Amino acid sequence: MPVVATPATLTPSHAGLTDAEVHRIRNDFPILGTDVGGTPLVYLDSGATSQNPTSVMEAEQEFYEQRNAAVHRGAHSLAVDATDAYEDARAAVARFIGARTRELVWTSNATEGINLVAYAMSNASLGRGGAAAQRFAVGPGDSIVVTEMEHHANLIPWQELAARTGAELRFIPVDDDGALSLEAAAAVITGTTRIVAFSHASNVLGTINPVHELVALAQDVGALTLLDACQSVPHLPVDATSLDVDFLVFSGHKMLGPTGIGALYGRAELLDAMPPFLTGGSMITTVTMERAEYLPAPNRFEAGTQRISQAVALGAAANYLSETGMDRIEAWEGRLGALLVEGLSAIDGVRVLGPGAGVPRIGLAAFDVDGVHAHDVGQFLDDKGIAVRVGHHCAQPLHRRLGLTASTRASTYLYTTTDEVEAVLQAVAQVRPFFGAQ
Amino acid sequence: MSGLEQLYQQIILDHAKARHGSPLQHYDGDGRTGESHQLNPVCGDEITLRAAVADGRVDAVSWDGAGCAISMASASVLTDLVQGVPRDEAITLVDAFREVMRSRGRIEADEEVLGDAAAFSGVSRFPARVKCAMLAWVALEESLLAANA
Repeated sequence: MPVVATPATLTPSHAGLTDAEVHRIRNDFPILGTDVGGTPLVYLDSGATSQNPTSVMEAEQEFYEQRNAAVHRGAHSLAVDATDAYEDARAAVARFIGARTRELVWTSNATEGINLVAYAMSNASLGRGGAAAQRFAVGPGDSIVVTEMEHHANLIPWQELAARTGAELRFIPVDDDGALSLEAAAAVITGTTRIVAFSHASNVLGTINPVHELVALAQDVGALTLLDACQSVPHLPVDATSLDVDFLVFSGHKMLGPTGIGALYGRAELLDAMPPFLTGGSMITTVTMERAEYLPAPNRFEAGTQRISQAVALGAAANYLSETGMDRIEAWEGRLGALLVEGLSAIDGVRVLGPGAGVPRIGLAAFDVDGVHAHDVGQFLDDKGIAVRVGHHCAQPLHRRLGLTASTRASTYLYTTTDEVEAVLQAVAQVRPFFGAQ
Repeated sequence: MSGLEQLYQQIILDHAKARHGSPLQHYDGDGRTGESHQLNPVCGDEITLRAAVADGRVDAVSWDGAGCAISMASASVLTDLVQGVPRDEAITLVDAFREVMRSRGRIEADEEVLGDAAAFSGVSRFPARVKCAMLAWVALEESLLAANA
């Protein structure tokens, strides 16, 4: 069975952004007006990190100028103000992904969110958290399931958890087109499986995985689910509650926010039962020299002074995206993604990784240029002011499966124009002639 | 020349295809061999290089590699340059090349000394690509040390 997209992504219910709107949006992003060595910047690397609108940068500056204080401690007015700003941001970001406020834990990024869950499970496996935490314990005879297309961030923490606990790490393979097979998934997810961790949208293939079907397979065997939503939360409407996953992670810097901030969503009853990962100040109730009692979630998972200004700025980013309309962003980027795939596929000697035209995708396409190494492709494009990602995109196993060590990736966002997509297509068409590839 | 043409001079593009010294060869001469495997984890460029030293001179160099035009051309040029050269002089050449690569464009390579490798001077203005150019040279340096051990 081929990849089945969720209904919401197959048929965007709204019209996309218009060219005129995208041009207005660009005015909010100062960096998009800059030059690269005299050539206007064509930024097609938003899948790696997105650019920031002025409102986000101002939110962070305003916090430091007017509200900066440590949160959740101190009785002075500034501390109250800072705490309000911090918690308002949590509410805004939780609302943005259809979660309740107390289900959203701040992390540094998605990588930390996945490590948090993996280490909490590790701690539960050692008996920490008592009987209530035993649902998170893994050990010999248990299995942890990922997919062959995962970013290293959603692979290595599970390799390590398996190595620490004696559990077995399994993966759902991809086919030659990079698609997950649900039959294969059903064979890999079995009664021994304790957690299934997989990406929502692939950072290499651009395709959207069948979340509902995979969650159903996991739930049938009583396994937990964790969704890596790094490439979906910034680009599609995502409702964590209706996706029915147990955990979901994403990074702020890929969704118009600053670096250093991301979030972990977890169902409230799970977060409240899960032992902490990082421990220290701000996550406790009563402490003696021998032991400590912990706060409920989300604070239980937020030890030490937090990324307050970044959280505030991420709240502003979520508001910017909501005001623009995630369904309209999804439709616009779906169009850009289709233009990219159709255009790249039509260039002699260029192979797009993953399913070709006609399959729903985000605005992202990785490709191989026959006879030219990805680094050389990226260098050629950079000379024309076009910024793309080259390399394995933190997905070495997937590249190996597709017979490559590296590829070139163009990725869009709400501020990307059709002219920019056209520019990269024209430039890619010149690559093989320049390098004399036959 | 544009920055791109300075980086990808024709001689580099030609060597990237010709790949002198590739593939890796078994050495059956009288000298001692050393081997080195180098990997650039950022981009996956990879090389395995074998050097033989006989009578204090580089007797043979061969390699297997996969990577960008800069890394493959650099290995090819290096193979031509050090063939038959006294071992100590080959190590001096590696040092000279490294100095140019690390100069951020401030030091132009001496063609009298580095031959075709002088064409890589432009690479030093692209810090992200210096490792690509250095890969084979580091492999040679290690191989020569191993051959001497």
